Amino acid sequence: MKLIFERGQEGRHLSILPKLDVPAYQPDEALLRAQAPALPEVSETEISRHYSALERRAHGVNNGFYPLGSCTMKYNPSIDEEMAALPGFTNVHPLQAEKTVQGALEVLEKMEEKLSAITGLKYFTFQPAAGAHGEFTGLLVIKAYHKDRGDEARKKIIVPDSAHGTNPASAAMCGYEVVNIPSASDGCVDLDALKAAVGPDTAGLMLTNPNTVGIFDKNIEEITRIVHEAGGLCYYDGANLNAVMGIARPGDMGFDVMHLNLHKTFATPHGGGGPGSGPVGVREDLGKFLPGFRPVRGEDGELHLAQPEKSLGSMRSFFGNFLVVVKALTYVTMLGREGVLEASRNAVLNANYMRKALEDIFPAAFPVTCMHEFVISLDKLHKETGVSALDAAKALLDYGIHPPTMYFPLIVHEALMIEPTETETKETMDEAIQAIREIYERAYSDPESLHHAPHHTVIGRPDEVTAARKPKLRYQKEV
Amino acid sequence: MGTFVPGTSKEQRALLEAAGYTSFDDLFSVIPESVYLKKPLPLEEGLSEMETEQSIRALAAKNRTYQAIFRGAGSYDHYIPAIVKRVVSKETFLTAYTPYQAEISQGILQSIFEYQSMICALTGLDVSNASVYDGATATAEAAELCVERKKTRVLISDSVAPEVKKVVMTYAFGRDTDIQVIPEKDGKTSTEALKEMVGPETACVIIQQPNFYGLLEPAEEIGEIAHSVNAKFVMNCNPISLGLLKTPAEVGADLAVGEGQPLGMPIGFGGPYLGFMAATQALMRKLPGRIVGETTDSEGRRAYVLTLQAREQHIKREKASSNICSNEALCALTAAVYLAAMGPQGMKEVAESCMSKAHYLADGLKKAGFGLVYEGEFFHEFVTEGAGSEKLLQKLDEKGILGGLPLGENRILWCCTEKNTREMMDEVIRTAEEVAR
Repeated sequence: MKLIFERGQEGRHLSILPKLDVPAYQPDEALLRAQAPALPEVSETEISRHYSALERRAHGVNNGFYPLGSCTMKYNPSIDEEMAALPGFTNVHPLQAEKTVQGALEVLEKMEEKLSAITGLKYFTFQPAAGAHGEFTGLLVIKAYHKDRGDEARKKIIVPDSAHGTNPASAAMCGYEVVNIPSASDGCVDLDALKAAVGPDTAGLMLTNPNTVGIFDKNIEEITRIVHEAGGLCYYDGANLNAVMGIARPGDMGFDVMHLNLHKTFATPHGGGGPGSGPVGVREDLGKFLPGFRPVRGEDGELHLAQPEKSLGSMRSFFGNFLVVVKALTYVTMLGREGVLEASRNAVLNANYMRKALEDIFPAAFPVTCMHEFVISLDKLHKETGVSALDAAKALLDYGIHPPTMYFPLIVHEALMIEPTETETKETMDEAIQAIREIYERAYSDPESLHHAPHHTVIGRPDEVTAARKPKLRYQKEV
Repeated sequence: MGTFVPGTSKEQRALLEAAGYTSFDDLFSVIPESVYLKKPLPLEEGLSEMETEQSIRALAAKNRTYQAIFRGAGSYDHYIPAIVKRVVSKETFLTAYTPYQAEISQGILQSIFEYQSMICALTGLDVSNASVYDGATATAEAAELCVERKKTRVLISDSVAPEVKKVVMTYAFGRDTDIQVIPEKDGKTSTEALKEMVGPETACVIIQQPNFYGLLEPAEEIGEIAHSVNAKFVMNCNPISLGLLKTPAEVGADLAVGEGQPLGMPIGFGGPYLGFMAATQALMRKLPGRIVGETTDSEGRRAYVLTLQAREQHIKREKASSNICSNEALCALTAAVYLAAMGPQGMKEVAESCMSKAHYLADGLKKAGFGLVYEGEFFHEFVTEGAGSEKLLQKLDEKGILGGLPLGENRILWCCTEKNTREMMDEVIRTAEEVAR
């Protein structure tokens, strides 16, 4: 299909702006750009049709099942969008006087209360704009904590080998050395490896629980105890929080700092890769290190912005992705205490239903009760038929199903990670189970067709090697 | 209670049974007893959609909105064409994930490729990434990518917006980067001080154009000083100004970053915003974040993919150039639709309108007794000084007008956009005259 640059004609334009109602100011020629920017010159009809065509060439939660493990692709409620579009939120300047933004500050106050109730941690910052940004923020809290105690020898962050790639990358951004520890045979933290890794140089541990193979680590309290006894802090990667709302709290498990992904657990849409929101929560005594300003209710009953006493600085301008927080607050207000529990229960139930239904052909890599997601290995299928996890994933595209996460975590060969979420019906899951079974059968009867899947999408498999070797990263008009 | 779980309790029981469990307690028996919650969370009861709407509307109603806004300082109240809002609320764009599966994500991937192309067109530079969180984090990421083994010191001008400076400093605290502030002279980066500060260890020099006070920096000269010691020149620029003013490429910048919010995003109490980031070809493989490239599919058809992924965290882990994965894709789409709707002509007109209006208001305020603090050319922001500044802002507030940002010492940082009518500006000037009298 055409690029928007390949549509339109020179001089074509929309009628957006009024005539200038003040004298035109003429800046010095030397300040001006030599040529107008080479932007599209199109009509509104062309814009409308162009983006409608692009929309048809994409897949959202509204188009079909999206069991993309570790991404929590649940349904994004319409009411959340409507609330975030209220002029009382969208037309407010971040540098208005406090007394004129009491509603906005109350959004942050209420959200902090709710997240605190759900996680067991006390104070939150909403500056982080995504999960990885939250990890960076949380680790800086840990860094500020050790620095404040004058303990500068703590240079290492312990990360299990099953962790999300962002964990070690975030630790490196904080100047920490990353110590990778192997997982035990059950996919959980190897306690002996952890004990051997901790010491006076341990700044902290980063952990996801349930972990990236979807299993709740039964030794969780022992893990956080080992780290605390060594003088380190425990960081909870909240990517998998959707499994445990109302069931168990990171604060009670012994975690000191965590981030949440509002764009996963709290149903705000992913937007094709953002904007997200990755608020960071900390236990009470770490609140003084949080970045930015927090709303605090004064004796006058009004909310005032206060900078935490030993604030580590600022992670993003203003208050982060505020309108995303409005969406999340709408969601959690609607669910309430029973609703969040219902959500997590069913997220876990659906995952176990699918795990069980696929067990005879693809047993889970760790065949025990999973939380909100599970990982299957196609290693056996691959060895027997040559059909890989990639082939199977691509074949699912022809069924209108977004494939599960592929080749993650790294500790499982030919991995597919399936996360149905709580908002899917049994019918949808049954269709997906049926599709996976058909692909399994085709792997034995007609493996060749799977190597070339998908067959019914707008493009076939793209040549990624050429894309990286000879990068073409922008449109340039041919002359 | 509100819920988005479709299954009835009967269905849930059937699923439990099919999966081999007798109850939810049985399902969760893998969780250690000591952390398994026995009491409900201390949250309120859930609400219906209608009640929820009422409660959230009540919060929105507690915020004050103004009929005219003359405040910028990093968040700019521009007109948003209707087509922009319509396109970006399309449900598929809204609810898709990062386009990992290219075959069913061509729409998202192509929209990002087009966005990258437009950012290159605006800045004059060779490559753009698919966005980062906002202008401040874009600047911080740019600073960090310039740091090399023997080039370890970052120099940032004091005339960069405080919101941006703070974030750059915080990122530097993270990586233990050596960072120094270049003093300002008469509201602009002091080139004399800069000449003294640069050396072989300088990784980059960062300025903002127009700067925090709205003034145009001597960018070419600053770029030359940076390049004289082989340091990179990083410009944080206002994208609207680029419809008219010299591009970062034309003044020798190696990296152009900035706040993309003016390109179709509401001020929204600070976000979501958009960090744009463009660079010369030489820096292509150092850029953080997603980048979309063009290629072909198995049948030779044009196709788009996420590319140059060897830079990224899921491949490189602790050796990645940045930890970023989710960026601001929907905001990048917003900017792209905005730029398509405005076109080259519209971008020039909006920049001319902002600049003309700012000069009109500045003249009027000057005559009313609120003179300009700094000499030199400015774009759409400027600083005044005059007795009664606080009272002026107060009077405007009573009239439903959000005046400029008070900077203390009777100084105000004003901003004009195409949305500010002559009528409203005359009202501001009249009020200033009353206060000065």
